[in-house]
Amino acid sequence: MNNVFEIRDLSGWFGDNQVLKNIHMDIAQYTVTSVMGPSGCGKSTFIRCLNRMHDMTPGFRTTGEILFDGVNINSEAIDPVTLRRKVGMVFQQPNPFPRMSVFENVAVGLRLNGKNWSRNGLAEVVEKSLGMAALWEEVKDKLDSPGVSLSGGQQQRLCIARALAVEPEVLLMDEPCSALDPVSTAKIEELIEVLREKYTIVVVTHNMQQAARISNNVAFFLLGELIEMDKSGKIFTNPSDKRTEEYITGRFG
Amino acid sequence: MPKKVSKNPKDRAFEALSAFFAAMVLTLGLLLLLVLLYESLPALRKFGAGFIVSQAWNPVEKEFGALSFIYGTVITSFLAILLAVPLSVGAAIFINDFAPQWLKKPVSLLAELLAAIPSVIYGLWGIFVLVPMLRSAFMKPMAKYFGWWIPLFKGPVYGPSVLAASVLLSIMIVPFILSVSREVLATVPVRQKEAVLAIGGTRWEMIRIVVGQHCIPGIFGATVLGLGRALGETMAVTMVIGNRPDIFYSLFHQGYSMAAVIANEFAEAADLQLSSLILIGLLLFILTFLVNLAAKWILSNLVKNTSLRN
Repeated sequence: MNNVFEIRDLSGWFGDNQVLKNIHMDIAQYTVTSVMGPSGCGKSTFIRCLNRMHDMTPGFRTTGEILFDGVNINSEAIDPVTLRRKVGMVFQQPNPFPRMSVFENVAVGLRLNGKNWSRNGLAEVVEKSLGMAALWEEVKDKLDSPGVSLSGGQQQRLCIARALAVEPEVLLMDEPCSALDPVSTAKIEELIEVLREKYTIVVVTHNMQQAARISNNVAFFLLGELIEMDKSGKIFTNPSDKRTEEYITGRFG
Repeated sequence: MPKKVSKNPKDRAFEALSAFFAAMVLTLGLLLLLVLLYESLPALRKFGAGFIVSQAWNPVEKEFGALSFIYGTVITSFLAILLAVPLSVGAAIFINDFAPQWLKKPVSLLAELLAAIPSVIYGLWGIFVLVPMLRSAFMKPMAKYFGWWIPLFKGPVYGPSVLAASVLLSIMIVPFILSVSREVLATVPVRQKEAVLAIGGTRWEMIRIVVGQHCIPGIFGATVLGLGRALGETMAVTMVIGNRPDIFYSLFHQGYSMAAVIANEFAEAADLQLSSLILIGLLLFILTFLVNLAAKWILSNLVKNTSLRN
């Protein structure tokens, strides 16, 4: 299997405070990888390195390498804008644009970078993306109403559709369900199940059941270190490290 | 807040005192309006609503009208806004999104300090620096090459002009529009900016989208606030506008404003002329009041919208 990401000796600092410590990780194509660990363990910081979302954060720096399709994403040759089109992201809080309709919210990414689309071309991609995000049936009659008029769970799937519209290879999801109710959470999980056929997905979660349900591989982070990464079944039944075992059995975290 | 009458006599005395001061503020405003109304009655009786549309200003014939002053005030304020808004919003975006951390504080502090300079100083600077500079570097060449076919740039070029007043005004209102715009930009949630970046937006696209999504009403409110200041500005405008009551197309023409005519003629006016000046004052009062009211309303709507929405 191809590795989409190969992370080599990645360390990260906010100022003098080291938040990621020498992380090695391979992420294979068309897999779902859950990044799990207690609050403050660096899991969100970690996946935000994968699409260089930290570029905007003053005082954040990394060392080591993140190879995406074999190229170090922090090298001069990589334009973060191009990278982010290939490595999409969905956030903890649904964040549709408040003054855009459902349609525009999905189409917005396509119109970026000076690209021109015909109305029909746009409509096609919007329908396809909403379809993949399992939202089309619910919103097809209200494409012109504001994106923020949808329910929280629908808004989150709208954001997934927005991310899918620019046809990324990878989808990073930073606790995508933590602001949602159980029914919406179940829908997002079903969606991840389907999306894994076409996308490589990395999900941050601190819900262990969720990690167990959706992922091929689970990475367990603690205090900025990758403690272990393994097949989901192995991690939850027979972890190699004592700290992982303590975490999943609820003894700390 | 629920109203509760305190039993403590000191509390009640304090409550009465602060209520008295609050009433004073309202009374002052009301009295101001009443005095303006009362003193302008002779002019109102003589000219009626025609005062607003009459261009006459002839102390000898005792013919007075406010149109050329209203025109000058509105034109200079409008031009000042036109110049100041892009400058202020651009600077606000730079400070908010591009400036390195160490530069943010000094730049915004300096920009806001511009507001503390007395307007007569702006006027002096206008007379000695801005007007000669505009005259030789902009007005003369423009009048020469474009003046004969574009009425906007028609000569003769004196120096003191509507253009000079507008440019000076725009510099004076930049700090107000800048500081409000900066606050408006700072209210944009980080997750909205990240949403644009995450779908492959450039920094420019990020700014364009979040400003469009979140900041338009706020920047509009800031603009109206600046407009309110520009309308009433007296000293600096009087010093560079040329003080000639007229209606004209050329930016290089000398003009007059409502505040400027009051400042210039008040000391020597009597009878109907005095009353007419006070009527102009009343009109200016109403104009700025309405503009500020509009600004407040727009800003409060913005606050409501941002708290409800994403």
